[in-house]
Amino acid sequence: MESYLPVIWAAIMALAVAMYVILDGFDLGVGILFPWAETEHERDLMMNSVAPFWDGNETWLVLGGAGMLVTFPLAYSIILPALYLPVIIMLLALVFRGVAFEFRWTGITSRRHWSFVFAAGSTLAAFCQGVILGGLIQGIKVENGAFAGGSFDWATPFAIMCGLGVVAGYGLLGATWLVMKTEGSVANRARIEARLLLLLVLAFMAIVSIWTPLAFERIATRWFSLPNILFFWWVPAATALVAVAAWRALATGNETVPFLAAIGLFVLGYLGLLISNFPYIIPPSLTIWQTASSPSTHVFMLIGMLMMLPIILGYMVFVYWIFGGKVREGEGYH
Amino acid sequence: MELDPVLLARLQFAFTIIYHIIFPAFTIGLSAYIATLCVIWMRTGKEHYRTLAQFWTKIFAVSFAMGVTSGIVLSYQFGTNWSRFSAVLGNVIGPMIGYEVIVAFFLEATFLGAMLFGWNRMPPWLHTLSAIAVAAGTLMSAFWILSANSWMQTPAGYEMRDGIAYPLDWLDIVFNPSFPYRLAHMVTAAYLTTSFVVLAVGARYIIAGTHLEHGQTMLRMAVGFAAIVAPLQLFIGDQHGLNTLKHQPTKIAAIEAHWDGSTPGELVLFAWPDEKAEMNRFAITIPHGASIMLTHSWDGLFPGLKSFPPQDRPPVLPPFFAFRAMVGIGLLMIATGWIGALLWWRGRLFTTRWYLWPAQYVWWIGFVAVICGWIVTETGRQPWVAYGVFRTADAVSPVAAHTVLTTLVLFVVVYSIVFGFGIYYLNRLIVRGPTESPLPPSVLPAPAWSVAAGGGKPVTETKS
Repeated sequence: MESYLPVIWAAIMALAVAMYVILDGFDLGVGILFPWAETEHERDLMMNSVAPFWDGNETWLVLGGAGMLVTFPLAYSIILPALYLPVIIMLLALVFRGVAFEFRWTGITSRRHWSFVFAAGSTLAAFCQGVILGGLIQGIKVENGAFAGGSFDWATPFAIMCGLGVVAGYGLLGATWLVMKTEGSVANRARIEARLLLLLVLAFMAIVSIWTPLAFERIATRWFSLPNILFFWWVPAATALVAVAAWRALATGNETVPFLAAIGLFVLGYLGLLISNFPYIIPPSLTIWQTASSPSTHVFMLIGMLMMLPIILGYMVFVYWIFGGKVREGEGYH
Repeated sequence: MELDPVLLARLQFAFTIIYHIIFPAFTIGLSAYIATLCVIWMRTGKEHYRTLAQFWTKIFAVSFAMGVTSGIVLSYQFGTNWSRFSAVLGNVIGPMIGYEVIVAFFLEATFLGAMLFGWNRMPPWLHTLSAIAVAAGTLMSAFWILSANSWMQTPAGYEMRDGIAYPLDWLDIVFNPSFPYRLAHMVTAAYLTTSFVVLAVGARYIIAGTHLEHGQTMLRMAVGFAAIVAPLQLFIGDQHGLNTLKHQPTKIAAIEAHWDGSTPGELVLFAWPDEKAEMNRFAITIPHGASIMLTHSWDGLFPGLKSFPPQDRPPVLPPFFAFRAMVGIGLLMIATGWIGALLWWRGRLFTTRWYLWPAQYVWWIGFVAVICGWIVTETGRQPWVAYGVFRTADAVSPVAAHTVLTTLVLFVVVYSIVFGFGIYYLNRLIVRGPTESPLPPSVLPAPAWSVAAGGGKPVTETKS
């Protein structure tokens, strides 16, 4: 039983990160698309489409951090010092964009400035998250169970590329969200943006799929050796199918399929990364078993998690349902 | 000059956590106040209370946004700046933080959206329920975070193996010896802090002659609350102090600036404790005062700082002065509550200018008391990060000092900007005040089910 606990927790943490990426992804994405809106009135509508949700969405990020501290404390204690600067800059960017949700409504004249802050903070946070992902995939220097590298080890072309890729990906989620939740000029422009971003995201996915097996021997072996390739070939195939579905839905004017397809792309891309790196939590040196907390800690936290997760998902669905349908003109409490 | 990475990490954590605690200290209390207003509104049907709830909800939203974003920072700083703390104590202390997220954080963050934006999407009872959910979330959040912090003060239910802490008994860990006192003290502090903000805003409206009815309601509620709860807090604080003496004698010795444990403790009203000379300069004291308070006997002895080797003593100045500031504010709160209650009883609460005029400026005193209290307890715990178990100097991350300095500067710059605008906007919301500007229902068609379930109450909305 004990050796399965880290696997169970790795699955739960993977779910938490996926939830975060999808949920905060679309509200960060709306911020990333802010510069291309034509009027502050349009931006009001865009912001209101995500305003009731962003706080709950960002909580998954807290779960990602706190959950790793609980269940994989050694990984937590190595990854965060190694990616110190991108993590802290991401957090500061999130501070700015988070308060912009409130500050933007308090004055007419300052609205434009806080729109800029919201857009810049959202984009920078997304970029840093991509850099963190890239920094993790490319490996961290570990000696004696502690980070042993420098402050800028993460700054590689690969990590920068991952940062840009995540910005494009969140932009796609945001654009398809706006297609689903808004009407009129905002939705029409989002539809055009979504098609451009879809192409961009596919390009980034292709680059990562080629780059990582070439650069990292273990990833090439994981995918292309027999019999692995027989198990995993459907991942790229499904990605291609979902991409085609997204493109066609955007062309035919469908309102919900593009968002679902964008989520599908994220899930498949994420699955690809998991396949590439499992069971490493810090590739290529530490596995989930080597960094796990004590079995007692895992069990104690698991009891709470299994009780609370259905409740959390339940009331989240409830709140999304309350705010279902198109966002209404002038909605908000300000 | 050689930069000290431990000192920089401590400064950074002190700065980010002091900034953060301002907002929970306010939102824990304010969410309970809003929920109370919503319940009164539902029971009495008076629109007056709904307007007040809406007004404070706007203030709450701005504060919560600043609190939640600075709170996320903290959940990562355990790793970025204190990675050895996480690696060594994570097994034991991690779950408290984990439980905070899954039990409390999700609840408050999710229902906040419903509470802010749901005025015309939900029937009143469901809206009130959302407000209660947010208040309950903030309270449970305090429960778990205080449990984690209390474990660092009074570790229990664990064993050390190969330098790593392992859990033995989760009940002992969660309900460690200082936890009940610290939870009661902090939650009461948060409620008091909020009541003094409400009190000040109410007094401000009455003085200015605007929003008179709302101002009077706020002032009455806040004065009544302070008159009862501020003295209660003094009692809780005293009990907490006795608990600290039992489990963290070095902290009490520093608070009292008590050097020689072989003599009865003097109550030091003022002094400049000199750590090098191990004595107090310019001291004004009440002989035997501290002995009476802490041991309830004239000649009672308790450990002095010299009873411990210098490397195990906390710094004396921060706990000594912060404690006096905290207690001073506590006494001021009791006075404000009791004088207000007396004036209320005589029917002069809304006309006594000598009371109202200073009262409008007391909004900040609770925050200062909370910050001082935390300075007492956190600096008083030094040199340990987990008292008697793990030293602060050993808990730091292997990150270059100049990198920590860079991010410290960034935090100061970013937080100052955000805090400055936040205070400015909050003040503007308060100046604007509770406004009744319901839009005609035709502008915002309420969903059919909310009308059906709304018991005929008009579901309206204000818009800036």
